[in-house]
Amino acid sequence: MNSLLSKYTSVKEEEVKVWFKAASVDSFSKDGGACVKYKDKQIAVFNFERKGEWYACQNVCPHKMEMVLSRGMIGDANGIPKVACPMHKKTFSLENGENLNGDLDAIATYPVKIQGNFVYIGFSE
Amino acid sequence: MKSILVVGNGMVGYKFCEKFVAKETSEEFKITVFGEEPRPAYDRVHLSEFFENSDAKALEMAPRSWYEEHNIELITNGRVTDIHRGSKTITTISDKKYEYDYLVLATGSSAFVPPIKGVEKKGVFVYRTIEDLEGMMSYANELKKKNPNAKAAVLGGGLLGLEAGKAVMDMGLEPHIVEFAPKLMPRQLDSRSSKVLQLKLESIGLNIHLSKATNQILGEDAITGMEFGEDDVLDVEMLVISAGIRPRDELGNTCGLAMGTRGGIVVNNKMQTSDPEIYAIGEVALYNEMIYGLVAPGYDMAGVAVEQIIGNAEILMPSDIDMSTKLKLIGVDVASFGEPFMPASKGHSIIFENKTEYLYKRINVSLDGKKLLGGILVGDAADYNMLHQVYLNGMAMPEDPAQLILPASEGGSSFGSALDLPDEAQICSCENVSKGQICGAIKDGSCEDLAGVISSTKASTSCGGCKPMVTDLVNETLKSLGKTVKNVICEHFEYSRQELYGIIKAKKLTSFNEVLDTCGVGDGCETCKPLVSSIFASLYNDTPNKEDVAQDTNDKFLANIQRNGTYSVVPRIAGGEITPENLIVLGKIGSKYNLYTKITGGARIDFFGAELNDLPAIWKELIDAGFESGHAYGKSLRTVKSCVGSTWCRYGLDESISFAIELENRYKGLRSPHKIKGGVSGCIRECAEARGKDFGVIAVEGGWNLYVGGNGGATPKHAQLLAEKIDNETVIKYLDRYLIYYIQTAAPLMRTAAWLDKLEGGIDQLKKVVIDDSLNIAEDLEKEMQSLVNAYECEWKQAVENEEAKKRFTHFVNSEERDDNLVFVPLRDQKMPEHWNN
Ligand code: SRM
Ligand SMILES: Cc1cc2nc3c(=O)[nH]c(=O)nc-3n(C[C@H](O)[C@H](O)[C@H](O)COP(=O)(O)OP(=O)(O)OC[C@H]3O[C@@H](n4cnc5c(N)ncnc54)[C@H](O)[C@@H]3O)c2cc1C
Ligand code: SF4
Ligand code: FES
Repeated sequence: MNSLLSKYTSVKEEEVKVWFKAASVDSFSKDGGACVKYKDKQIAVFNFERKGEWYACQNVCPHKMEMVLSRGMIGDANGIPKVACPMHKKTFSLENGENLNGDLDAIATYPVKIQGNFVYIGFSE
Repeated sequence: MKSILVVGNGMVGYKFCEKFVAKETSEEFKITVFGEEPRPAYDRVHLSEFFENSDAKALEMAPRSWYEEHNIELITNGRVTDIHRGSKTITTISDKKYEYDYLVLATGSSAFVPPIKGVEKKGVFVYRTIEDLEGMMSYANELKKKNPNAKAAVLGGGLLGLEAGKAVMDMGLEPHIVEFAPKLMPRQLDSRSSKVLQLKLESIGLNIHLSKATNQILGEDAITGMEFGEDDVLDVEMLVISAGIRPRDELGNTCGLAMGTRGGIVVNNKMQTSDPEIYAIGEVALYNEMIYGLVAPGYDMAGVAVEQIIGNAEILMPSDIDMSTKLKLIGVDVASFGEPFMPASKGHSIIFENKTEYLYKRINVSLDGKKLLGGILVGDAADYNMLHQVYLNGMAMPEDPAQLILPASEGGSSFGSALDLPDEAQICSCENVSKGQICGAIKDGSCEDLAGVISSTKASTSCGGCKPMVTDLVNETLKSLGKTVKNVICEHFEYSRQELYGIIKAKKLTSFNEVLDTCGVGDGCETCKPLVSSIFASLYNDTPNKEDVAQDTNDKFLANIQRNGTYSVVPRIAGGEITPENLIVLGKIGSKYNLYTKITGGARIDFFGAELNDLPAIWKELIDAGFESGHAYGKSLRTVKSCVGSTWCRYGLDESISFAIELENRYKGLRSPHKIKGGVSGCIRECAEARGKDFGVIAVEGGWNLYVGGNGGATPKHAQLLAEKIDNETVIKYLDRYLIYYIQTAAPLMRTAAWLDKLEGGIDQLKKVVIDDSLNIAEDLEKEMQSLVNAYECEWKQAVENEEAKKRFTHFVNSEERDDNLVFVPLRDQKMPEHWNN
């Protein structure tokens, strides 16, 4: 179980070595999420169309280790962008991965950039 | 700086720390806590919840970081082995020494294991710690693999034993309760109430064996049975012992503190042991020659010890300790307070009993009829909080005390408002919070709402039993100050559901973003998004395909998400009627996609384990064969259950199947604040359980009787009679009105029963609105329903026919691959997801 989590560590913009071209902008729902496969990783990507921001995080929920976060609802808690896991509604900050309504371990977050009509996710390896 | 050592990090040891650090003088002391268990203190009272979610963190009283923040050193896995009173030191299991100025013993108790031959066998458990529960769960899983019908017994039919019995049942084992006394809960209940409780428990599937003394536990290495007498044997493969508690008083004994003859460390009303620098609190302390096996007196003891140590010598433990208790079994209301059994010389008892409804209520009233001395409630403990308050505060009784327990239909009346209680009334006994403190927090402006009051007073944060009363007090106080009680949806909308419904309808808003822009702030969240979607659905019959991102996950994918992230598929089988040909179609589809298949409690067929990528293909096959969505995922109409009725049944008075199908097809797809279920029975034998549904129709001589506001689930309620002997058209007319009225005015996630409960005037008021049209809205309600019925479309049909809508049913956006994390294991002749192991 921990081997599953250990695949995912947060990447900061300045640590990015690979910008992975995931998919075209219009393959993501507006104000929704989708899952991207990169090597053996599953990454949840969210399109906050309302405020023109994109976020990415691990797809696995640290609560029960299921690959579901990309199917969660997004929104904000006092301005912090967040995703609510579809299983038991644990919510996580998409800025720093922190579990906002409990004390689960933080999830890993990844930088996203949009270039041309494509969504890129930043990885350090 | 003085040093306080706390031995034992259980509920009471923790409460001592919490109360201590709240004091201003606490900085003059350094607290070190030793706990024998591997984790910080947790809520033992709610231990059984661990069976549901295996979430140990959720039970924690406070996380480890809390101790650090308050400068408390917490040493777990650190059993204290000796106390050296001469040098004022203790030693721990790892041979370390610590000095103290004050020593607080909060070592609690352990489960009492009677000396029965064979108790050491495998499969025999006690019920006290998280580790005990983990042991039971893995043992039960192994048993079930070998024998799906395995049986387990609980030794002891007291408060805890019954909780353990239910837990065993929920683990999927056949549960048996074995009690030595001739009745259940012998300490709290009289014989008659105990009998009523027994009938109720038997009705939910617990097997009860009374007056049984266990001679020995049978089996080689592991338990295979219990022997009571020569030919009296019960075959069981697991046993949970719940036969009482024994104080963990070893330390007191070895260091020579005064001890009770049957154990426990003797304390005075300052909580001091015979050594004034050593305190004992909680279940290890023998006070008034009693061990109090409840958490509330333990918390009081912790408070007294804190005050004594910081020098408030006048704060003492009261000599009268309230032993009132309420059983925490979902669906089984049992409570006893004050003096449950009272000798006839002290007062009169008033008893109300109705065995067919598993109801028993007894109150004991002083000879002059003025005081409530105690009582017992079985089957309906809704009035427990209020009766308990009347008892605790010696409040005046109504002229005819019987009114307090009679059902409303027989002249009973409930109490006035919670505001009538005196200010000293203790509302939350776990945290010792009075009515004055709760109302005061609102009145002095320090809190604005329920959440504020709870976080500042801590009321209802322990067992939660007083929450309804705290809520009432807060709401009533707000009202009395002329403030409106705002049931706001969340931080994004300053409105209640009903208000938002009005705004959306008036301004004809049609998308979540429009609603946010018009009357909300921020980006929304998992609370307001599904709520707004549900309003759209109720107003326009919009299906979730229109704005899938604002839907709860089940609505978004038109299927219920399962434990491993796969989905279930439930086609509509109206009224439960299905042709053999259609059964074959279903069988073929289930087998083609390798889906786990079962018949649901709603009398239709459920497929489980469908991967996201397969959902559209499965549904396409179903739709091509003529099936439609069953809306098993939506807050919407589920099923209308039918019995065979006069079509086949020799007693049937009308065509219940035909009518059930008609009703199910009329209301299918109807979105509402919570799910809606219906039932139609062909006669009063009621084989369709119509009175357990949100609407129920029963054929009688001369027409149909229409019942509303029933449900099963967590708080079962029988539906109430709305109209008698009406014809099919009138049933539909009244149902249209009733359902829309409910949809327009109910709070989110409120079933019809709870809504009817809250509706001012109750069923009589509903009759006026629905039958007499007292509000002059009947026509609008009917029109609204007709437009929804006309707008119905099968949302799965929409989804499979629309390429854009179908896009969301893939696990990855950038790959056709499946979720590689999925693991299924075999189960009988089918499959299931791997167990969660965290
Ligand atoms: C499948 C089924 C159990 C079964 O295997 O038989 C079931 C399964 C679930 N029930 Fe149920 N309930 C099922 C019949 C019932 C019944 C029996 C009945 O309908 O006659 C009840 C009690 C009757 C009632 O509702 O009044 C029932 C009371 C609940 C409740 C409690 C509702 C309440 O008001 O207290 C929930 C929780 C909720 O809805 O919030 C619930 C929730 C659920 C959920 C949706 C939980 C979830 O979100 O995952 C389960 C979804 C399983 C799935 O993926 O399909 N289920 N559930 C039954 C489906 C019936 C159907 O054909 O649609
Ligand atoms: C399943 C269950 C349900 C319950 N339901 C209710 C209820 O509904 N209402 C109610 O009022 N009460 C209920 N209780 C009782 C309630 O949990 C106890 O009254 C309460 O936990 C007592 O607190 P305590 O701190 O005295 O003891 P405990 O919570 O038992 O804590 C004592 C701690 O001290 C540790 N310890 C012991 N010896 C040492 C040592 N030498 N060194 C270091 N550590 C030591 C123990 O390991 C333990 O962690 C329930 C109990 C159980 C088990
Ligand atoms: S309720 Fe029972 S007895 Fe009556 S018609 Fe239906 S099946 Fe027959
Ligand atoms: S699995 Fe994500 S919240 Fe439980």
